[in-house]
Amino acid sequence: MTAIQSPRSGKIAPQYKRSGGSKGNFEMLAWLFMRLSGVVLVVLIFGHLFVNLLVGEGIHAIDFGFVAGKWADPFWQFWDLAMLWLAMLHGTNGVRTIINDYAEKDATRFWLKVVLYAASAVIVILGTLVIFTFNPCPVVDGVQLPGGFCPAP
Amino acid sequence: MWSWVGHRITGVVIFFFLLVHVLDTSLVRVSPEAYTAVIGAYKNPLMALGETGLVAAIIFHAFNGLRVIAVDFWKKGAKYQRQMLWVVLALWLVTFAGFAIRHLSLALGGH
Ligand code: HEM
Repeated sequence: MTAIQSPRSGKIAPQYKRSGGSKGNFEMLAWLFMRLSGVVLVVLIFGHLFVNLLVGEGIHAIDFGFVAGKWADPFWQFWDLAMLWLAMLHGTNGVRTIINDYAEKDATRFWLKVVLYAASAVIVILGTLVIFTFNPCPVVDGVQLPGGFCPAP
Repeated sequence: MWSWVGHRITGVVIFFFLLVHVLDTSLVRVSPEAYTAVIGAYKNPLMALGETGLVAAIIFHAFNGLRVIAVDFWKKGAKYQRQMLWVVLALWLVTFAGFAIRHLSLALGGH
């Protein structure tokens, strides 16, 4: 009797393989990433909303000085950086799945993904640069903006 | 099925907001005035409702996402997926009510 190999054992003849082979386990890693990043994002996003909107005066307190005060502290720089990268990768991968599901023509699918990746790359790079090149103590018209975290002029 | 539709729609909505949100925050790098001007646009009653709706979407996506993760990784996850949906909806209601009361009274309560 011939033994029939289980389709996922990897021991089948190449012409019967279901995955393209070259793609490796990218989809499995993407699947895992959605779940791991999801757990971390719950903490990062709930913390972000709580600190920015629910404490003290909430939204009224948000202005340049508020952001400057947070990013003068490496803790919040790192928090926001992690949130930016994880949320953008998670969101981009999620939208990629949705494009794959609904765009049936090859060309449409391809171009939608080109636009998606370009937009995501711009936002991640811009956001990262802003967090790290930002100066919380700018001098406007020769006058230093007030901020308890700034060195005395 | 409907929880999946809801998860998909909230995911896309949050993603598009995030694109805009990184852009508006980037204005801190342009000038204090530019940032304060654009953030001022968030501080009107209509936007307060929009923010509240967005947070409703985020809270649902977050709790339902944890449910999806539990279904995938917890041995009994698939068996209890329906009960977990009720837990998600209950947690959503409590968390959202707490947020909405606080945020709307801050945002709409005169200043
Ligand atoms: C708050 C914490 C979050 C958790 C726990 C979470 C969890 C999840 C999970 C488990 C999935 C399913 C992935 C799959 O089926 O393979 C998912 C999908 C998705 N998420 Fe999130 N997520 C979170 C935040 C976000 C954010 C901030 C965004 C937007 C930037 C986002 C956008 C999406 C999108 C677009 C999908 C794809 C939906 C689909 O394929 O039907 N998520 N999320």
